[in-house]
Amino acid sequence: MIYLQLFWEFFKVGLFAVGGGLATLPFLYEIAAKTGWFDSASIIDMIAVSESTPGPIGVNMATYTGFKIHGISGGITATFGLILPSIIVAVLVQIFITKFKESKNVQNIFNGLRPASMALVTSAGIGVITSCLIFPKLLLAGNFADGLHIKGIIFAVVLFYLMRRYKLHPVLFIAVSAAAGLIIGF
Amino acid sequence: MKNIFDLFWTFAKMGAVCFGGGYAMLPLLEREIVQKKGWATQEEILDYYALGQCTPGVIAVNVSTFVGHKQGGVAGAFAATAGMVFIPSIIILVIANLLTNFAENVYVQRAFSGIQVCVCVLVLNAVAMLWKKSVKNKLGVFIFAAVLILSLFTDISSSFFVLTAGLVGLIAGKISEIKGDKK
Repeated sequence: MIYLQLFWEFFKVGLFAVGGGLATLPFLYEIAAKTGWFDSASIIDMIAVSESTPGPIGVNMATYTGFKIHGISGGITATFGLILPSIIVAVLVQIFITKFKESKNVQNIFNGLRPASMALVTSAGIGVITSCLIFPKLLLAGNFADGLHIKGIIFAVVLFYLMRRYKLHPVLFIAVSAAAGLIIGF
Repeated sequence: MKNIFDLFWTFAKMGAVCFGGGYAMLPLLEREIVQKKGWATQEEILDYYALGQCTPGVIAVNVSTFVGHKQGGVAGAFAATAGMVFIPSIIILVIANLLTNFAENVYVQRAFSGIQVCVCVLVLNAVAMLWKKSVKNKLGVFIFAAVLILSLFTDISSSFFVLTAGLVGLIAGKISEIKGDKK
């Protein structure tokens, strides 16, 4: 019974959370309030763990929550519930798009979508990098020494240069950066 | 069957190193799916992201499903998505089981501080690589700039941007068609 309920709660999250991982948050608070499976404090823990391990944040949160409620099988049930609506909707959308691929209107829509999609990805990248390297409040207060994370900024610039210069696999850069973080700390 | 397993395994490898969720997957997709496997073009990946923003669910799962379905039908969609979540889920289960203060661990935090910077730079680098394919004219530059500025400084939801941009594309296309007819 708990499986059905877990599956159903996370199925609803998967179905209604539009826009990715953190969009699942308000739904998690709702589940917490409704079922009492976990409290708001443990949601903060879930976010921290989800963000510092690989994988989609929404999926990680489902696995973590499911596990906390009902062990390994709970984790699997919640994860499956969360991703199932995504799969169903994405398959249906793709069947529809493939059918109308030749349509001039669909092509025009995509001409508008692509730059917007790029801008959202850029914005996410800029958002995260600023939150760890630049602190506007301190800058505005005239405190340039603490407002800019100089070590981190130099590291970011060096990484970018290396990526442009040597087209190596992203995994290599991730591994090197984890090591650099351990040794230097950013 | 081989294809299905290949899908699962390729996405499992990406999932294992995909720190930071959906957006962080873009550089990996560019490398593995576009360059190495040839399963999708750069344009298609961008389309998948755009669609992933305005369809329900986790973006990384949507994008995996799109690529998997294109390559291997419904079975492919499940294989790619299962691959994507396979290793992250195992890691979470292990952490939830054994390491209660994983995220507070100082070594984890230090390593993650490096990874976080790296993932952002990787994402921005992927954007630079995909720029030519996605922003083809003045309208594209305008849409890009408008969405970037608004999404950085307001709380408007991504799906609103995607839907509006699609509408703008549709209308702009219609206008140029009408102009073309008159000539």
